[in-house]
Order: sequence, then structure tokens, then C-alpha cells
Amino acid sequence: MIAIIDYGAGNIFSVKNALDFIGLENILTDKKSDIENADGIILPGVGAFPSAMNMLKEKDLIKTIREQAYQKPFLGICLGMQLIFEKGFEFEETEGLSLIEGTVEKMEPKDLSIPHIGWNKLEILNPCPLTNGLSENEYVYFVHSYKAVCRDEYISAYCEYGEKVPALVFKGNIFGAQFHPEKSGKTGLKILKNFGEML
Amino acid sequence: MIAKRIIPCLDVRDGKVVKGINFVGIKEVGDPVECAAMYDEQGADEIVFLDITATHEGRGTMLEVVRNTAKKVFVPLTVGGGIKTIDDFRDTLRAGADKVSVNSSAVRNPELISQAADIFGSQCVVVAIDAKRRPDGGFTVVVNGGRIDMGIDAVQWAQKAESLGAGEILLTSMDTDGTKKGFDIELLNAVCGVVKIPVIASGGCGTLEHFSEVFEQTKASAALAASLFHYKELTVPQVKAHLKEKNIPVRI
Repeated sequence: MIAIIDYGAGNIFSVKNALDFIGLENILTDKKSDIENADGIILPGVGAFPSAMNMLKEKDLIKTIREQAYQKPFLGICLGMQLIFEKGFEFEETEGLSLIEGTVEKMEPKDLSIPHIGWNKLEILNPCPLTNGLSENEYVYFVHSYKAVCRDEYISAYCEYGEKVPALVFKGNIFGAQFHPEKSGKTGLKILKNFGEML
Repeated sequence: MIAKRIIPCLDVRDGKVVKGINFVGIKEVGDPVECAAMYDEQGADEIVFLDITATHEGRGTMLEVVRNTAKKVFVPLTVGGGIKTIDDFRDTLRAGADKVSVNSSAVRNPELISQAADIFGSQCVVVAIDAKRRPDGGFTVVVNGGRIDMGIDAVQWAQKAESLGAGEILLTSMDTDGTKKGFDIELLNAVCGVVKIPVIASGGCGTLEHFSEVFEQTKASAALAASLFHYKELTVPQVKAHLKEKNIPVRI
């Protein structure tokens, strides 16, 4: 059972639809007990860093997520990936979940528009369980204006958008996808299946 | 590097995919959920549903179609047609659409763009513009399938839509639409020259070369086609293979 954390941010149903489609049992929840009992955790998210952290705080989920994330496979998607770092700089400096060392900063590519929207190619730097079975020519779907800034050892894959943008990060069993696997066609479903394999 | 997108568009009426034949008859060509799943399978980068339902009951049917599609299709889904209010935006996004496109309602009420962008984010606000050549040069915005000239300059309107918070422009040339003589390169260059947001080229494609031309000669981010794909005159894989051969980045 995968707990998809429902904290009022973004279109969480698309994550649920994708897990249902590939046959991974899941529950949309904001309950601590569900998160504690789950075999894996997905933290989705569309929106802004400070308000997302606020919503997690209001639901009193921060401590539970921090504790549970180390004990079972954990995947943050898009904003959910950004939240796993120590600090975000969207609008104001905000403390994140601090599961992986790094920060989240505004993208400033030359001559390219922001947000970075569209299908971009994954360049694998450090293979991780989520990249199992992926070829060298896989595209995934991005929608974001901020990027993770962290050490290379935590970057499993990046994409080129005027600069190297971390696309898939990991540390132990903690994973973060800057793109939307639930909107990335077969490649995205493969990545979610790989996550399911770890449970 | 971002891939150029190929987008099949489906006209949906009362829950069925339809296609107008020269504005005279409208022919049903299938189930939108199945059609969308097939295009996803073929490698379409995004799917557009255009709701041409006129009735209120039909809108509920459309939302049901979107909900069912979202369970089977895992590429971005854009839904347009008859979106007039923020509530329409919300209902459509909640049903599972990733983006909502607005056309005449935005021309009549430009604030709809900024309100939607503030609430839901620019990334899900697509402004569709139907443009037609003016006899004295330039392009004018038309609505209702080209029947009503709004007397607004299409290039300026695209700029205004961007400044109001549109995330993308879906630009259809009413001069080339249905002709199969190629996309309207002149119109696309006029609009791409003044906006930074992605522009989707629509109207006029009939051959593989038309797709490579539009990406070689304009800054369009995506190309949209409807009947060409419906009637299987060309398939998405054929178009992508052709673009790859021309060294245009595509997702294959």
C-alpha cells in the first residue's frame, strides 16, 4: 500500500490514476496512521514551496513524514521533490523537510522561458532503482520554475534547459522527481512501477 | 533540450468524437476515451479535447469523458470549448485536465486569463486564438468558427494574453485551416516574434513536410492536427519519424 499524501496541493488524482493503472495499491490520505502503516510514501505537489510547507505544518505531518521517509521507499514529485531539500527560496526563505542536503532556487536560463514546461530528455548521471530499464533516450514531462541545487552524488538524472537541471534525485530510499512521472507516458509509468518494485 | 510536441485534437460533442465536414454535416468518429488512449499509445505528446457541445447537459458529459480519459491517458490533457468562468476552469481541472483552453470568452473577458492564472497557475491556462488575414494586412481575431470578426489585432492580443498570465498560445489560422496546404508560417512568425510563451501551431497541415517546415521556419513549440490524424492520413509515429530524420528534437 502506497500512501499518497493529500495536503491540499495540486492535482493528486493524476498520481492516483497512474498507480491504479499499473496496479499499485494506494490511498490518498492526510492521516499519520496511514503514512505509518504504508509500505511506501508519495508526496505530490503543485504550487508554491512556502504554502505547501505551511499546509504540511497545519496538518501536523512534518514529523511523521521525516520519521517515516527513512523507513520505507519515499518519492516526492515536482514540488514534493523540492520539499525534501533543506531550504526553498520561492518568494521567501522557507525550511523544507531536510531529507536530502540541498536547496531549491529560481531557474535563470539564458534566452529560455520560465516556467520550464514540456518534454525534456533524461540524462542519467548515477543509475538508481527508479532508472532500472530506462534507455538513453527517454523524455519526461516537466512543469516548474525552481530547481534543486545539490551535490552530484544525489543526482540520478538531469535534463538540459540552458543549464543542468536535476530531474531525479535520490539518497538511500528517498527519491525525488522534478518531472511528473504520472504525465510522462510509458517512461513515467515505468518509473512508478520501479518505485512499486521496491516496496 | 525540450522536444517539439505533436498534439492530436479531438472535437467532442455529447461525449462522442465528431468531425465537421465542410461545416455541413458532423460525423461521429468514435469514443474520445479510446481515441485519446490510442494517441497516447502512438506517442502523442499531449491530447486536446475541444468540446463543441452547446447544451448544459452536454457539459456534464464532457467532464465525465475527461474523468475517464484521465484514468487511462498519462500524457498532458488540454480541454477547451465553452469555458467561461473560473468555476468551469476548476471543474475541468478537477475532472483531470492538466490545462484548460479559452477562446472567445477570454476575448470578451480578458480578466478570465489573469484570474485563472492567479488561482491555478499560468501552466494550465492556454489561450486559443483564431486569426484571419485582414485585407489591408495584418491579422484579426475571429470567433465562432470565423464568423465573427472581433476587430482586434491578433498579434497584439497574443501579447496581451501573455501579459495577463497565459501559459501558452494555441494559434489557429482561419486562412489555412482545412486547406492542407501547410501551416500559416507568416502568422506564426508574427506571433512567435512577440511572445516568450510556447505557441502551438494549428491549421493547414496536410503532409509530413508541413510539420518539419513549421519547426524549421518558426519558433512554434508544438503542432496540432485533427482530421489528418483521425482519418489516418498520417499517424503520430510517421510525423515523429519524419521530424527526427530532419534533426528536429522529438520524443520517440
